[in-house]
Amino acid sequence: MTSDLIQKYMVRFYIAMFFLYLFGPLILMGVTAFNTPTFPTAIPIDELTMKWFSVLANDKDMIKGIKNSLWIGLGVVCLAVPIGLAAALLMSQVHKKAQSIYYMIVVSPLLTPGVILGISTLVFWDRLGVWVDADYNSVFYSGIFLSVIGQSTFISAYCMLIFLSRLQRFDRTQEEAALDLGATNVQVFWKILIPFLRPAIGSAAFLAFLTSFENYNTTLFTIQAESTLTTVLAGKVRLGTNPSLSALAVVIVGITLVGAVMHEIYRRREMRREALAAEAAKRAADIADKGMAPV
Amino acid sequence: MSSGVDLEHVTIRFGDFTAVDDANLAIRKGEFFSFLGPSGCGKTTILRAVSGFNEPTEGTIRINGSDMRGIGPNKRPTALIFQNLALFPLMSVADNIAFGLEVEGVKYVERRRRAEELLDLIALSGQGDKMVSELSGGQKQRVAIARALAVEPEVLLLDEPLSALDLKLRQHMRSELRNIQQRVGITFIYITHDQGEALTMSDRIAVMSAGVIEQVGDGSTIYNEPETAFVASFVGENNPFYGKVVKVEGEYAQIQNKFGLLRGRNTQDMNVGDAAILFVRPEALSLVEGNDTTPAENIIESTILAEEFEGPSIHIHMEGDTEKRISFSVSNEGKGTHLKVGDTAKICFNVDRAIVLPEGDLADE
Amino acid sequence: MSDFLSVFLAVVLALLVAPMLQKNTDTVWANLRQITFVKKNGVLVSTYLLGAVFIWVGLMIVAPQLYMVDFSFRDGAIGGNPDAYTLKNYSYLIFGRDSDENLFNLLHLQIFLKTILASVGVTLLAFLLCYPIAYYLAQSTKGGTTRLFLIALILPFWVNEILRAFAFRILFGSSGVINVTLMGMGILDEPIDFIKADVAMYAGLSYAYILLMVFPIYNAIESLDHNQIEAARDLGSPWWRIHYRVVIPYAKPGIASGCTMVFMLSAGALAVPQILGGPSSLWFTQIIYDWFFTGGDWSRGSAYAFVLLFSCIIFVLAVMKFFKVNLGELAK
Repeated sequence: MTSDLIQKYMVRFYIAMFFLYLFGPLILMGVTAFNTPTFPTAIPIDELTMKWFSVLANDKDMIKGIKNSLWIGLGVVCLAVPIGLAAALLMSQVHKKAQSIYYMIVVSPLLTPGVILGISTLVFWDRLGVWVDADYNSVFYSGIFLSVIGQSTFISAYCMLIFLSRLQRFDRTQEEAALDLGATNVQVFWKILIPFLRPAIGSAAFLAFLTSFENYNTTLFTIQAESTLTTVLAGKVRLGTNPSLSALAVVIVGITLVGAVMHEIYRRREMRREALAAEAAKRAADIADKGMAPV
Repeated sequence: MSSGVDLEHVTIRFGDFTAVDDANLAIRKGEFFSFLGPSGCGKTTILRAVSGFNEPTEGTIRINGSDMRGIGPNKRPTALIFQNLALFPLMSVADNIAFGLEVEGVKYVERRRRAEELLDLIALSGQGDKMVSELSGGQKQRVAIARALAVEPEVLLLDEPLSALDLKLRQHMRSELRNIQQRVGITFIYITHDQGEALTMSDRIAVMSAGVIEQVGDGSTIYNEPETAFVASFVGENNPFYGKVVKVEGEYAQIQNKFGLLRGRNTQDMNVGDAAILFVRPEALSLVEGNDTTPAENIIESTILAEEFEGPSIHIHMEGDTEKRISFSVSNEGKGTHLKVGDTAKICFNVDRAIVLPEGDLADE
Repeated sequence: MSDFLSVFLAVVLALLVAPMLQKNTDTVWANLRQITFVKKNGVLVSTYLLGAVFIWVGLMIVAPQLYMVDFSFRDGAIGGNPDAYTLKNYSYLIFGRDSDENLFNLLHLQIFLKTILASVGVTLLAFLLCYPIAYYLAQSTKGGTTRLFLIALILPFWVNEILRAFAFRILFGSSGVINVTLMGMGILDEPIDFIKADVAMYAGLSYAYILLMVFPIYNAIESLDHNQIEAARDLGSPWWRIHYRVVIPYAKPGIASGCTMVFMLSAGALAVPQILGGPSSLWFTQIIYDWFFTGGDWSRGSAYAFVLLFSCIIFVLAVMKFFKVNLGELAK
């Protein structure tokens, strides 16, 4: 009995340590955002201040980086979501023998280090630019464009996996039923398939944007003369820094927390609604099947 | 008026596998026609070929006399009711029913009106705004039928639509389906492995086995006049007795069996020497009581292996000439059977209630 | 920006307009429609599917990778002949410059080896840290609690990778929390340079990719029927044997997936080594970066990148062989 108890406490202790490891550094960083010293310092606390937030708001590099990151994120959503969707839809139609090769190729970007995706995109488009004798201001040398392409290479694969898992639950006979009722293939696509995939499109877009926004390894190579939030941040951190970065982290964590809580509330409500619908269906079934009116 | 659906030498192969082998059929307009057979016999393949989801490898399918080759499922005058119904879960009941009209470009008000009409027909008036998930199994069934009827098909194809329902509801839906068919007056082609369904609903039935149509006929013909050993054993209970034909005489043939000489009707022109199976339905078998020796033929003497008491009747199983037991029932006359397991008993049957068919594969139990 | 938009719009337009234009050439389409694929999906949808996948697989995955490999065999140095194939980029990694004293390019080889070995180490460390948590979450907690824990696990990873590394810098810096605390307690007289000792970097790397280790393992163990563990316990199996014989074999695909991802990300990490690495010890990706942006020899950078990619492929293959899993189970 006692050994069980000891084991239980050890497990608890371990979990506590694990989450301390997970959150400790972030909490300390949060503290530095409100502390006065110019070098991010958590202890001792000199005096609480909000000045690092205004430093952050006035940091032109950072603001420009954020703007670029937003544009790139948008571009990636517009590119990676349709590509991921097409790749997922094609998966079931590829000939059986080619399927494993197809799968291998399309998931390979997930198993390739980000720096390599960035490098290959950079050298490839640079070469294309030379080949078509493009102007130096053209897209072939545009950091924003290359970053969208480079990031989409692997983010499309994420999107594809999201769509694949949703498609697994898709009842293919629905497509046949629609066809049978006279729908054209295009109508089946827009009226049956896309409505079914809508939640997946939402999460794929969300994930694509987030991944793009956070990306560093690929972007560092493709961005060249431009900058994104992550490259600006990395530059600042490497060159020594001030707590306005901590302030940024606090802002991000704040947004995240709100998002997570909202997501959880939404989920709970969905679950409750589903439970209600199931309940209603059960009741309807009981009533309808027992006293069924003859036609 | 030309006939409803014609199959002319229809063969469907998937690679090396022949799913349907040279099917020939003429399904009449307005007929309730069933394909009956065990799973994997090719009946669903035929249905999908009629609806246009796969093309016959050889042969022709005609609907109203016109060749359907190359015409997609969305252009054929057929509507299919899927085994799992395939209702659209993200649409309301009315939107489901009106889907066929929606893709045709019919205006909202008009298709809503049509949907309401059909909801009346299936006794779900005023429930058009519900979601499909809020309906019971039987209601979903009826919505699927309404959805298919909305496109005014000339042929309605039903792929075991009742198999997901429980027994009571299934029996109710049988009469309801038959009812709807008589009201709308279009051709119904029904696929089932449940002979009860086929026999109660259909005008005519095609019994299929391993890709081949074994027999086509109405319910009583299929049951009383089976043409092959498979049909005899698949539709209803039947007791097979294997043997060789030893005598052909008028309408009857006699076979030599482990139990002696057995005689039955010879509907398939069997000749002396042919390998045959004589089939006797359980209801045609009766016990030979006491020392009654009047019928000198068609007497089987065997060991009782089991007795099952079931209230109004008592089922008796006796050792047969193969591993399959001879089964029949006697009605409960209030005094038990005075037979015990292990006893030997005599049973007999009337010549006209036995049928001699060419030897062939029996249906799996 | 405008350039990017115009090309993007052009691609979209081309995809939309092409089928419409070609509708005029009816015969072409009549033939095309006979292809089963087109028949099944319709012309528009087929064009979209094939077009999108072609752009992705062709122009974004295969061609750039192949070109990078091709490029790595060319002389990219200023004044070199870019058309001839050469092995000198690779030989530089192994032997260095001819004029060097040493036969081998010890500096780069050492860094390469260190990167690979340290990544393996980080992978093992992450596994050891994560397995108990994944197991506990999957088997010992109930619905609501599990969800809470999972959210808590995900939360830190919404914070930018750079900022996470920055947090470790605050923690391990010479005037960081650990040093200040230890000195304040009188244990230390002067700060320990955790960054120079690479302690900060390894801690940061393990931290950075923990999520990618926890989740695959959690998903795998979650589907394990708890009765199997009960049965094993009932048969008198000690706890370590339950894990060794029942849980770990079951969770193998998840473990393989987690290990692959963590190794790949560690070996290819750039932000963490840049921020937390000591000034004198480089990560292999940093050399690649230098070839591109300070050394100005893209070919040599590509060669180094290919060596890194190749190592990752070897690792993935080794994991697949060792755990007897296929690629489908790895990338989930």
